[in-house]
Amino acid sequence: MLLELEGIGKSYPGIRALDGVSLHLDAGEVLGLVGENGAGKSTLMKVLGGVVQPDAGRIRLHGRDFPQLSVAEAGAQGIAFVHQELSVFDNLDVAANVLMGREPVWGGPLQLVNRQAARAAVAPLLARLGADFGPEAPVATLSIAQRQMVEIARALSMRARIIIFDEPTSSLTLSETDRLLATIAALREAGTGIIYISHRLGEITTCADRVTCLRDGRVVGHLARGEINHATMTRLMIGRDLKSLYTPPAAMPREDGGLRIEGLVTEAFPDRSIDLALRPGEILGLAGLVGAGRTSLARALFGVEPALAGRISLGGQALSIGSPREAIAQGIYLVPEDRKRSGLVLDMSIAENVSLPDLPDHARAGLVQGGSEARAAEAQRQSLRIRAPGVAVKAGTLSGGNQQKVVLGKWLAMRPRALIFDEPTRGVDVGAKGEIYALMRGLADRGVAVLMISSDMEEVIGVSDRVAVMHEGRIAGTLERHEVNEPNILRLATGQRPEEHVATAEAV
Amino acid sequence: MGRKELGLAVLIVGIAAITAGLNPQFLSTVNLMNMANLIGLFGIFSIGQGLIIITGGIDLSVGSIFALLGVVFLDLTANMGIAWPIAVLVVLALGLLMGLVHGLLVTRLGLQPFVVTLCGLLIYRGAARYYTGDSTISLGYAEGLDAITWLAAGRSFGVPHSFFALILVAIVVGVVLHRSVFGRYLFGVGRNEEAARYSGIRTGAVVTGAYVLGGLLAAFSTILLVFYTSSVSPSSFGNFYELYAIAAAVLGGCSLRGGEGSVLGIVLGTVLLQVLQNLVNILGIPSSLNFAVMGGVILIGALADRQLARRKTAPARVAAKGAVAAAE
Repeated sequence: MLLELEGIGKSYPGIRALDGVSLHLDAGEVLGLVGENGAGKSTLMKVLGGVVQPDAGRIRLHGRDFPQLSVAEAGAQGIAFVHQELSVFDNLDVAANVLMGREPVWGGPLQLVNRQAARAAVAPLLARLGADFGPEAPVATLSIAQRQMVEIARALSMRARIIIFDEPTSSLTLSETDRLLATIAALREAGTGIIYISHRLGEITTCADRVTCLRDGRVVGHLARGEINHATMTRLMIGRDLKSLYTPPAAMPREDGGLRIEGLVTEAFPDRSIDLALRPGEILGLAGLVGAGRTSLARALFGVEPALAGRISLGGQALSIGSPREAIAQGIYLVPEDRKRSGLVLDMSIAENVSLPDLPDHARAGLVQGGSEARAAEAQRQSLRIRAPGVAVKAGTLSGGNQQKVVLGKWLAMRPRALIFDEPTRGVDVGAKGEIYALMRGLADRGVAVLMISSDMEEVIGVSDRVAVMHEGRIAGTLERHEVNEPNILRLATGQRPEEHVATAEAV
Repeated sequence: MGRKELGLAVLIVGIAAITAGLNPQFLSTVNLMNMANLIGLFGIFSIGQGLIIITGGIDLSVGSIFALLGVVFLDLTANMGIAWPIAVLVVLALGLLMGLVHGLLVTRLGLQPFVVTLCGLLIYRGAARYYTGDSTISLGYAEGLDAITWLAAGRSFGVPHSFFALILVAIVVGVVLHRSVFGRYLFGVGRNEEAARYSGIRTGAVVTGAYVLGGLLAAFSTILLVFYTSSVSPSSFGNFYELYAIAAAVLGGCSLRGGEGSVLGIVLGTVLLQVLQNLVNILGIPSSLNFAVMGGVILIGALADRQLARRKTAPARVAAKGAVAAAE
């Protein structure tokens, strides 16, 4: 047995982050670790990495007991991480990244780095992973998937016997995900023990030999290979069965009005154009592979990267959108993909974030009226059920789901006419996901045109009234509700025709 | 008053008490009013510097602006005999223009503030020296300047006017920074420019506004400084003053990463620097050690602040988590 955890506990004042967690990992197996955000997965992994010291329990590695690990011990015992947020140095080349801290040197007092030796050492590792780049490639030129490969190569070069993958596919395309899963399978064959953490249950189903589920800091169940499927994992994670996500609209979406996009050309695909009609009262899902141009479309609609050509009209009125300010003035709002970078000022309070887009409305003679601001934010806190003691709390202290609700609160405190969600539930736990879907449906029923960009197939299928699928910069087709299923979306996303061919004409 | 301002105030009172204990002359009216004058002079442009630092920028050109605008002002009034109100307006307009150019270079052309204002530092200093052929211009016996001399360098109730000017500027800028929409935008842009832009804020205009205000306050300070020294020698006038301003702003709690700081803090930072200067003089410490004392105190302040912040954030983070968990 490679690794055995027994009764690991960790408390912070007021919270029990981990409570008697036990699990084990054998050589040559993949353990799927699932649980909602805040269930204790990250704390547990920090214990393994030596970053957090547990207050109870023991860690047994290769038959040796440790009450706790230091970062150095974890590395020496062959534990390596491939992180969600990649930790590569993009100003250096691949070999330098893989061998960081263990560079081969020429002898002598200067300890100059022996670059030939470094490259020679790294090349076989890359070959083993089937990488399509060499050790001399600058990391800056690599895609996210390739950078991940660099991290895996680093783990191999340290002779890691346990590799922990933490949400490795959140930024990968479908084909890159498949390649990663194949790489993981190969590592397993070679006898490496792997802990695979993901919110994407489909991947866990594909690659895991066993699953351990955490909830509220405790292990709530183990699943053997034969028992692993969406339903069993979801039930363990949230402690109940998940109802079907889809709620139909309260009324048929109107055909007139809404957001119309004709011949829109974005910077990402200057030789392609996009036509799309978004009806008021519907949720239109926008699916496609990463890099298909969905985010560019959202950025063009919101004026972040003004469109090169084409017409956008809202409620029959043509608009020219050159900046987010102009989009907001028209009631077109964006809930961006990266909420920490583009959605929120983390160091500001909930109230200051909520009022940011319409601050002049909370001001008299240029001076902010704190009372008006706090009332508006408090109204959003209550109606969105943002879990915070008050609106003076800094946005950065909230969980992912609650942060996303603050971003939504910014826009709901104003008058949305069209709302674009870019990956609305990335990093949001299952419970809060359901609330966000309900909010989206509520908005649509109020007559707002809702566009939801998502890479999460479950979400696209479960939430959308119709699904438009992008492929290489254009809309490959639009699926009506009854045609919405995984194979059809995948066919369009990869540039093929859907099986029941119908709706493509309508999209144009 | 936040934690930082309180800490600074305590430090100032402590240092003042020790100095007064060693030499009671420190508390004499003459000495206090002398310090008040210097605090007024240095505080005003430090506030301008602070605004720019809050956007995440920096202004290295302040000292050279003093030299260039100083010689322009004296040339207009003392040499050409132009009425002083017009000369004042010209100087303020030039300061505003310089700030505007800095702001536009930073926001429109995407140059780094450090580079833009470093070039300003070199260009304005060179221009000032060329303008006068490297010779000193002084007020001399220029006529018709009695009113402005009294306004800029006079005293009422024994208190120097520059100190009143600082209080006025601090109140106005304080309200703008801490209560107005523009001030809120300044903090938002300084902390997270992208999120501010995604909220529909014209981030370029906000940042440029800070540079314009900084330029305007520098021009205003120029006039006070000219009447304080009565002459301008373009190669030395205002040398290093940008560093006093940066030091005051940083001591006062402005983070060079942007998005943090307060007017009260900057004023207190200026007070501390001037008290230190005064301490060096009054305790008979060799004046050549002046800069070293200042640097040492800033370093100790930064270290103490870092230690306090570290001790504070560790439990605060957990407490916030606990509060969220409790709310759930």
